[in-house]
Amino acid sequence: MSATGSGFVQRLTALVRKEMRQMVRDRSNLLVGFLLPLALILLFGYGLSFDVRNAPVAVVIDTPSVAAREVVSGLEGSRYLAPRRVTTMAEAEHLLGDGRVDAIVHLPVDFARRYAAGRARVQIVLNGIDSVTASTLEAYLSGSISKTLEHRVDRGEGGLSGAGQVEIVQRVWFNETSNSTWYLVPGLVVLIMTLVGAFLTSLLVAREWERGTLESLFVTPVRPLEIVLAKLAPYILVGLVDLAMCLVAARVLFDVPIRGSLLAVLVSSTMYLIVSLLLGLWISGATRNQFAASQVALLTSFMPAMMLSGFVFDLRNVPLGVEIAAQIVPATHFMTLIKTLFLAGTDWAMVARSCAILGGYALLLTFLTRRTVRKRLD
Amino acid sequence: MEALSALIFPILTLIRKELLAIFKDPANRIVLFAPAFVQTLLFGYAASFDLTNVPYAVLDQSHSAASSELLARLDGTGVFRREATLANANQIAQVIDEQRALMVIAIPADFAESLAAGRRAPVQLILDGRNSTTAGSASGYVASVVAAFNAARGGGPGLELVRRAWFNPNLESRWQIVPAMVATLSMLQTLLLAALSVAREREQGTFDQLLVTPLTPLQILVGKSVPSIVVGMLQSTIVLLISLFWFDIPMSGSVWLLYLGLLGFTGASVGIGMSLSSVALNMQQAMLYTFLIIMPLTLLSGLITPVRNMPEVLQVATYANPLRFGVDLVRRVYLEGAGITDIYHDFIPMFVIAALTLPLAAWLFRHRLA
Repeated sequence: MSATGSGFVQRLTALVRKEMRQMVRDRSNLLVGFLLPLALILLFGYGLSFDVRNAPVAVVIDTPSVAAREVVSGLEGSRYLAPRRVTTMAEAEHLLGDGRVDAIVHLPVDFARRYAAGRARVQIVLNGIDSVTASTLEAYLSGSISKTLEHRVDRGEGGLSGAGQVEIVQRVWFNETSNSTWYLVPGLVVLIMTLVGAFLTSLLVAREWERGTLESLFVTPVRPLEIVLAKLAPYILVGLVDLAMCLVAARVLFDVPIRGSLLAVLVSSTMYLIVSLLLGLWISGATRNQFAASQVALLTSFMPAMMLSGFVFDLRNVPLGVEIAAQIVPATHFMTLIKTLFLAGTDWAMVARSCAILGGYALLLTFLTRRTVRKRLD
Repeated sequence: MEALSALIFPILTLIRKELLAIFKDPANRIVLFAPAFVQTLLFGYAASFDLTNVPYAVLDQSHSAASSELLARLDGTGVFRREATLANANQIAQVIDEQRALMVIAIPADFAESLAAGRRAPVQLILDGRNSTTAGSASGYVASVVAAFNAARGGGPGLELVRRAWFNPNLESRWQIVPAMVATLSMLQTLLLAALSVAREREQGTFDQLLVTPLTPLQILVGKSVPSIVVGMLQSTIVLLISLFWFDIPMSGSVWLLYLGLLGFTGASVGIGMSLSSVALNMQQAMLYTFLIIMPLTLLSGLITPVRNMPEVLQVATYANPLRFGVDLVRRVYLEGAGITDIYHDFIPMFVIAALTLPLAAWLFRHRLA
């Protein structure tokens, strides 16, 4: 029994050493293993943002009035908006068409008169090509204009007063300044773990099948499970270095808080890393063909992790079929957890549930991958 | 005439051989076309910022007619779904933490009194900021419901906003994303296809044989690029058809201009792929180089976050990204109905990229012999 045990360790060490050398030998592996994560960290931290700031807005005032002037100074006071006065609507529409302004605020001829009567009308024109920016801008514009007019009401300078009104006092938990970097960076951890896994491992087995080197392994005492574990080990190391880079960058460069337990972050990330490496290996073994393996790896990793996992798009709004597809993607389970661990704190029940799901995936994929390197020729 | 056919014929033979190499394997046929269907459908539904279903919880300490009316208005939008009714403020943290509710509306005990007295009646809105974009949209919806409530009571600033959104009247984010996928989804796979085309032959040693045939590097280049471009255009067509007929997103522009743009875009992508392919020594390198650049190309394209929000330096860097111009071109032709004079500037960078990368690839065929 002890002899087989030490044989296992011995064979595994030998295989791991071989895989490690193969990984280090090819520079492209290290490029994808370290340079790509670094590039993504910088892109996500500095490059990508949903936040509208200093959006150029054309303001058209048909008839000048005190109220209209106050509306403009209200817009100028907003850090989200950069209003500029334009004399005619035609000119403003021209600017919007060219993309030089993002919205038009039009105070029509009867603005002051209708406002005095308690019913002011303001027209907003937006460019719907970028609907996300457009919706955000609409909210900022309407917020700014109503605030200005409310202040006038409070000072008794117009509008109808007397009737009480509901006022919203808003608090955004976990991301108090509503900074999109705060949720993009935790998502980045998922994305990087996914990519390292799928991209680096998806050719490993397929290449050996194509070159026939896996068949030569069959005549050795090496067992399928040992092949799988040996192929996993070097890349776990790469993934952990990437994880460390992400965490340091999140804290130091982008000031994203990590409010949950660091232990929980490390454990769950490692589990997800293993799942994603195994997924790459399984694709590789199942296709036995580098061309198909690379296409499948690309399709099953990057886009689903970005589009389906709840990374930027909220899964509460999808139809049932898509919801099911999203739940099948392992990234979805890790995404919810890591966002919570970063921004909200440790919810141990959630940690346990997500880790159990990831553990289940890891076992299933180990079993499936092991089958693909069985000693059988067909 | 004789000379021309002598030039063209070998290319056609090579194209035929390449197409056979791609399509003879049934697994490849599936891998190249099925994903375009599945991804467009899945992402078309999933990739939306529009809230259709916001679970929320209520802490109504007022229990008044006014508070009920406000909540009824909220429920009446069809967007908000009341998930829980809380008894005290201590329960707020739990429903938010467990993500049972995206937001909690807390109406204080003196709500009705304040309203009746003509004072301001604050209502607290607590949002889950784990996705601050979603939280922002939800808060916008609530604000408009409250504004309508105030207006109906004859209070508020008496403001009526008349919104008009060009090219996308209901500001549906699907209209923004699905047309952009016409360019994005096909780029991902065609770039990889082009990148593997030469690398595979190098790895198998057949590329040297190709080089000793009477084919010139330029003929090899054309023969290798055309099949990838064809596959890319077919994938784009699949996405376009789903966008038009499944998601019913109306197309305002000219189909011809759209395809002309896609041709330029796919040409530039294949050019990048072929260059990578000529640099790589084997399939693994070709694939990893491709992955290395696909990610930044996609993220810096404006597909998800607007290019305008990026820092200056990165905005300049996007000029080397055909996808940025592909996405812009498809969106503008598709949604805006832009004509050639509106978007000719999108063609310039794509043309420059293709004009640099394709000859570079042809040169590398002979000058990269390991």
